Amino acid sequence: MSPPAEGAVAPLKRMDGEPVFDAPWQASVMAMADTLVANDVVTPKAWSEALGAALKEAQAAGEPDNAETYYKAALRALERVVESHGGIPAAALNARRDAWERAYRATPHGEPVRLREE
Amino acid sequence: MASFDSAKVAEIHRQLHAHLPSESALRVKALESLLVEKGMVKSENLDAWVEAYSDEVGPKRGAHVVAKAWCDPDFRARLLSDAASAIDELGYLGNATAHLKAVENTDQVHNLVVCTLCSCYPFSLLGIAPNWYKTAAYRSRAVRDPRGVLAEFGVALNEDVAVHVWDSTAELRYLVVPQQPAGTEDLSEAELAKLVTRNAMIGTERDLSARPKGGV
Repeated sequence: MSPPAEGAVAPLKRMDGEPVFDAPWQASVMAMADTLVANDVVTPKAWSEALGAALKEAQAAGEPDNAETYYKAALRALERVVESHGGIPAAALNARRDAWERAYRATPHGEPVRLREE
Repeated sequence: MASFDSAKVAEIHRQLHAHLPSESALRVKALESLLVEKGMVKSENLDAWVEAYSDEVGPKRGAHVVAKAWCDPDFRARLLSDAASAIDELGYLGNATAHLKAVENTDQVHNLVVCTLCSCYPFSLLGIAPNWYKTAAYRSRAVRDPRGVLAEFGVALNEDVAVHVWDSTAELRYLVVPQQPAGTEDLSEAELAKLVTRNAMIGTERDLSARPKGGV
């Protein structure tokens, strides 16, 4: 058996002790995806294909091979299945994202952030 | 002085909005609030999911399944022939494990699990997949060079041990049943479960210690 090439293989093992979520949004993405599958909004196959496609795009774009890239790809995949299977168009998602940004900017630090009536 | 002023303005701006979430977090808030409004998910269910998978599930359920298989030959036979119904006996069936295959290591065979497409994983048994499992490097190399990947994780296999690589899909996921360490025949099921690591149930660890390393 030939020894593993150092450097080429070291990163995998180094990632072994990493926390699986760096930020709450990453956990939320997985929770939403699994819940949509459990609630039959999207099939397991459609979800895995969407995630696989988003991961392939990230790799092709040269994004780093790490957890942040993985969860960002998962978020893109989730937005797509929510549009294709949940009937929520990208425009509605973008508008809601902007509404949240306005709400954060309009809310003094420390106070709960709530969406305003648009 | 224009550059100084613009830098200062940018810094003030940053401080004022330091609590503005990241772009990803904003997009997640948008998704979640819309999905809740449309009745496709419930906030409390999402919160419960995150709480359970961040802490409670971990690989403990998988370790329990393996320890039970070591202690109970009938359960082991059921697990190997129909894993989903065997884990259902323990109440561990989830939508990610409705179709599950248990593959057993022997002196002649070592099993390694991967998902080459994305990151399919029996997370209702093992918790959230480790970050390395989701990398492009692992997903491609586990198939192309499984012995190299195993060596990196400290698993040195003799040439006469065959490596079986199992490619998970949305429809079929895998659980490796590692070999019981020698000298642990007198331990209880609960004590044995503490010896079973997450990586051993994926296949990137082979020889389990007869003493727990602080549990799983």
